[in-house]
Amino acid sequence: MTVEAAPTTGTPAPSKGEVEQRKGVRVRDYGILAALVAIVVALSLSTDTFLTSGNLVNLLDQVAVVGLLATGATVCIISGVFDLTASATLALSAIIGVLVVQHTNVFVGFVAAVVAGALLGLITGTIVVRSGVNSFIATLATSIIYRGLAVVVTGAAILYPLTEQAEQFGMLTWPSLFGLTSATIVFVVVVGIIAVLIAATTFGRRIYAVGGNAEAARLSGIRVGSVHVSAYMISGICSALAGLILASRAGSAQSSMATGIELTAIAAAVIGGTSILGGEGAVWRGVVGALILTLIGNGFNLLGWDTTYQQVVTGVLILLAVGIDRWLRRRR
Amino acid sequence: MTHTPLPAPAIAVRGVGKSYSGVSVLRGIDLDIAPGEVHSLVGENGAGKSTLLKILGGAIRADEGTLSFDGDPVALGNPRDAIAHGISLISQEGALVPALSVLDNVFLARWSHRAGLLRSRADRRRFDELIEVTGFDVDPGARVDGLPIGTQQQVEILRSLARGARVLALDEPTAVLAEHEKANLLALIRRLATGGTTVLLVSHFLDEVLSVADRVTVLRDGELVLTGDAAEQTPGSLVRHMVGRELDVLYPEPAPVPADAPVRLSARGLNRGIVSDVDLEVRAGEVLGIAGLVGSGRTETLRLLFGADAADAGVVSVDGEELTRLTPRRAMDAGIALVPESRKEQGLVMMRSVRENIALASLSSRRAGPFVRPAAERSAVAQVSRSVDIRAARTDAAVETLSGGNQQKALFAKWLSRSPKILLIDEPTRGVDVAAKSQIHHLITELAAGGMAVVCVSSEIEELLALSHRVLVLRHGRPVGTFSRGVDREVVISAAFGDEGEHA
Ligand SMILES: Nc1ncnc2c1ncn2[C@@H]1O[C@H](COP(=O)(O)OP(=O)(O)OP(=O)(O)O)[C@@H](O)[C@H]1O
Ligand SMILES: [Mg+2]
Repeated sequence: MTVEAAPTTGTPAPSKGEVEQRKGVRVRDYGILAALVAIVVALSLSTDTFLTSGNLVNLLDQVAVVGLLATGATVCIISGVFDLTASATLALSAIIGVLVVQHTNVFVGFVAAVVAGALLGLITGTIVVRSGVNSFIATLATSIIYRGLAVVVTGAAILYPLTEQAEQFGMLTWPSLFGLTSATIVFVVVVGIIAVLIAATTFGRRIYAVGGNAEAARLSGIRVGSVHVSAYMISGICSALAGLILASRAGSAQSSMATGIELTAIAAAVIGGTSILGGEGAVWRGVVGALILTLIGNGFNLLGWDTTYQQVVTGVLILLAVGIDRWLRRRR
Repeated sequence: MTHTPLPAPAIAVRGVGKSYSGVSVLRGIDLDIAPGEVHSLVGENGAGKSTLLKILGGAIRADEGTLSFDGDPVALGNPRDAIAHGISLISQEGALVPALSVLDNVFLARWSHRAGLLRSRADRRRFDELIEVTGFDVDPGARVDGLPIGTQQQVEILRSLARGARVLALDEPTAVLAEHEKANLLALIRRLATGGTTVLLVSHFLDEVLSVADRVTVLRDGELVLTGDAAEQTPGSLVRHMVGRELDVLYPEPAPVPADAPVRLSARGLNRGIVSDVDLEVRAGEVLGIAGLVGSGRTETLRLLFGADAADAGVVSVDGEELTRLTPRRAMDAGIALVPESRKEQGLVMMRSVRENIALASLSSRRAGPFVRPAAERSAVAQVSRSVDIRAARTDAAVETLSGGNQQKALFAKWLSRSPKILLIDEPTRGVDVAAKSQIHHLITELAAGGMAVVCVSSEIEELLALSHRVLVLRHGRPVGTFSRGVDREVVISAAFGDEGEHA
């Protein structure tokens, strides 16, 4: 009867139309890269200073912090939650890091900061999952607690490593491979690992499924709660690393570090093309979003434009980039 | 009530075509629909029926061709235009606001108001009038997301009528209805048509199409292959036009359950919500059908067996071993699979690809350490897709771009790929075309013959009786009888209704 029903289009050799269609989808999906390239080309043509190795090293150093945070934000958003604790976690784990450095050494202190970031992520995630409160509100409240704890722990003072540790404490600013700073290398390696985790592992598949349809994921045997907690832990680790980079640069940590940067991170994720509705997006998109934001700031410097207008222009460029991306994807 | 203020327009469709990213899904459609006509669209899954209906309903815009009403060309492409022209589309996916009440949904964005203040008493009166016209039994205060799918659909019909729809486009409205509800709906369609409303009806139930439609159009692969009077067609002639050849769609004959087949799945004293004291037992190789009216606790029972909801009381055992603190995960570990009722809410992750969706329930069986093995996944998915005949341009396409019937097949494929010992299926062929339906029937029969224990819920009583070795009937969440194969359908139906209900 129907077993050999009509020509099945299950797995035939791709027809010409199909190949074209596949390409079409590609071009559309990578619209935001075109925006990035356009900005790079514009800056290369309009300044002599943009394409110098000094500026590029500087740029990649700058992008590390927002890039790490955008990666954490992207993972959370894909899984269907927001993490507004990112900057508070950043501050608190950097502070814990400096305190441990003071009592042991720089290396142990850095490891402690990352562990603290992961634990804070675990706590945030548990709060969100257990309370059942919308993640936006739950993490907003939690972030206030974390900031408050940061103030309590530091007594609102700036924390420094011991004098003899100061030089080593700045190690994330040191030049490293290819003349890039160590911060850039940390950023590239960590983000690369997370990107692979999300794109190629079964864990990544679960992240997408939970963000796309939590109920369908649950009925497919996925523990939705633990997936969310894991996403927050990844975000916590990214925050802690970003906090270490900032602390290493400044030679200190304090409770008011990086206030508000969690929103920049979410903006970067969304500019890159990750849907705030969850279930769609990619880590590289968060990185592209962070690059675009950083390039805009960099361009202002290089072009010597009046920074009074920087925010207005940044806002307009974000709308443009996102608008083009949306337009390209809509036209099916 | 003023739901047919103007006569319905004569609709003319000329040369309409539509493509998605370069792939044509509808070509050169010419169609005339007279006012007050019941016009049915039939065709295989993916033939383009929903697409055509959506173009008429303004949900999507055609790439080429024209539409005209009473001779005036119209440019639709926006649901508001369509509503203004009196056209109302009730889509396959449903479009209610889940958190609002029935009443608010019916008058969505058209609430009665005076000086901006809502007047719910007036809405309530309008609602009662609509209820009188349709004969539906719907609580206006209930929240929509708590209602069974069949009732949700009635709410959508009420909404269309409240908007003064003169052309009602229904995409597979009966797929989600139980037998008597179908009959009611078809009667309503006839009444509306007699009152001058045009009804466009997409359905895979060809008998139903022929009984209610004045005229019928067959689509095949995006082309119109036949438009004619329903009276001149038979189910066989329609199928021939749909698939382009003769097709034999008899129900398979299930293999008898071996006398020594062990009990695979058993449940004792299941309770939760409407489900009260349900006991059941399924042996290896056996298909147990669960019959009952909408709201009789059939779906709820399946969900309890799978741990999708936690039972208040009762035990589920697999191979004699009790499963404690049942969750979907534990149920899956014990070899149970559940093909859920609603593909959109419970079954599929719509924006993800066909491949990811099918692979989702069996991810850990194809991995290398933490990594997905893409090649193994591709071949596993291709294989299971072939066994249920999924027609997708690419398995990398988002599952939401598949036609409704193909989505259903993808959902089925997802659970088959786990090779479960026990398969729980809620509406196995909802929205699936005649040919594919028969293929799924054969598949279920073969799986059972191979030793799988199957529990199947279906509103289609013929299907249930043909597939099952035994049928358990539920009424108000209570088992009212178990019937062996060969039982008369009337006996099952009256047990479900409660006219009688003692064991046959
Ligand atoms: N948004 C979309 N993007 C890409 N392809 C689409 C989209 N929507 C529909 N299609 C394709 O268009 C074709 C026709 O789909 P349509 O939904 O009209 O089928 P149908 O006749 O209603 O089938 P069914 O009986 O299964 O509901 C299918 O091949 C489907 O995959
Ligand atoms: Mg359809």
